[in-house]
Amino acid sequence: MARSTEPARSPSPGGASGTLLSAADVARVVDRMAHQLIERAASARPEDGGDRGDGGLADLVLVGIPTRGVPLARRLAARIEAFTGTGIDVGTADITLYRDDLRLRGVRALEPTVLPDAGIDDRLVVLVDDVLYSGRSVRAALDALRDLGRPRGVQLAVLVDRGHRELPIRADFVGKNVPTSRTQQVKVHLAETDGVDEVLLTEGDIT
Amino acid sequence: MKRHLLEAADLDRADATLVLDTAGQIDQALAGREVKKLPTLRGRAVVNLFYEDSTRTRISFELAAKRLSADVINFSAKGSSVSKGESLKDTALTLEAMGSDAIVVRHGSSGAPHRLATWVRGSVVNAGDGTHEHPTQALLDAFTIRQRLGRLEGVRVAIVGDVLHSRVARSNVRLLHTLGAEVTLVAPPTLLPVGVGSWPAEVSYDLDAVLPKADVVMMLRVQAERMNASFFPSAREYSRRYGLDARRMGVLADDAIVMHPGPMNRGMEIAAEVADSVRSTIVEQVSNGVSVRMAVLYLLLGGSPA
Repeated sequence: MARSTEPARSPSPGGASGTLLSAADVARVVDRMAHQLIERAASARPEDGGDRGDGGLADLVLVGIPTRGVPLARRLAARIEAFTGTGIDVGTADITLYRDDLRLRGVRALEPTVLPDAGIDDRLVVLVDDVLYSGRSVRAALDALRDLGRPRGVQLAVLVDRGHRELPIRADFVGKNVPTSRTQQVKVHLAETDGVDEVLLTEGDIT
Repeated sequence: MKRHLLEAADLDRADATLVLDTAGQIDQALAGREVKKLPTLRGRAVVNLFYEDSTRTRISFELAAKRLSADVINFSAKGSSVSKGESLKDTALTLEAMGSDAIVVRHGSSGAPHRLATWVRGSVVNAGDGTHEHPTQALLDAFTIRQRLGRLEGVRVAIVGDVLHSRVARSNVRLLHTLGAEVTLVAPPTLLPVGVGSWPAEVSYDLDAVLPKADVVMMLRVQAERMNASFFPSAREYSRRYGLDARRMGVLADDAIVMHPGPMNRGMEIAAEVADSVRSTIVEQVSNGVSVRMAVLYLLLGGSPA
């Protein structure tokens, strides 16, 4: 992966479009989020306190929201494993059938929903998505989780928080906060889905 | 996707594949869940308008709609104003005036769902019309074949029995052809429709010659209620020439499967030991029916404005 020569700069709202995160930045941000997840898992163990010698990581399940939350969740799990030696359960939860905008935007193809064999009951679920915007995807994901089991707790990790929430939802782990205007678009590209790691801010026309 | 699902020809290859893929994802998403319910069609009303008797299709559609959180109204002609002489059109308009978003219709007359679709604003799903079509049955059959054999392209399917009266056969020939399977119809000449030569399928009168080459054998029910002429000399003779018994099952390829849309006449077109064998997908077909119908309802209704 090419290392960027320039540090990433976040444009001000309505400012110039451009690259928010380069490939190297994405890797760094994912590493930092992985460390934060490890730290939080260690401090958020159940009160019965039974330290199983894993820093609470065995309880952790990363659930990616398709499309790009899924590779992100896998990467976070791989980094946590690299740092701690503990394998992390990863799942995916398709939220299409839980969306509140189906009637506005039409039906779309479904993505798989796969949970780890151990399930999510009584564990700490961290939802993983690429961009946090209105918060409606997260609301749909919370509804989906409720049908899938009863986690001990649910947290949210996003690569980019671009503001403009329409619901009282807040991320627990944020890769990068980006002030944006509503006319701008944040595009996350990941090697697994788009062939390259980058986060772009573009102007205008929503497609 | 079109707004209605009236016949298998309404689905091109991309649409049909989308339905099967969606059904697969729904199947997987609901597997092992305690709450087998999705909120997708909350506030929508689906009417099951059944002018003919049905067990599995009506219950299957009802369950599919309920699992998507739609409100379901079951209407059967018996015990309704139909017995007072109300027409199909007036019945449909009445239902729509009460706010139905989709009508799932089974009717004894071929083409009734097509007429219905011109009168109502919501979606119409054909759940079997006369001897014409039964598209969701073909979809669930295709889904079952793909699930068992892993593919549809190039799969050799023998459809055996009363093709003349079978809407299942008509829909399956069309859909399986769209999806790339090779269909052979096997029946006595009296039970083949006029013009079968123009269908995208081979025709044979000899079951024993077809069986060794088939990946899928789909047995059709002998529809006693439509047997108003002598199509064959006796039930015994039919069964001997066109019934699937244990001996005939023995000549099938190792991974070939046996299907039947139900309801079965055990001992007539299919022997009990064949119906209960591991090759038989008859029970899977029923459970796949719910997922496939959920996919159809989602794709037809999910995106449309209320």
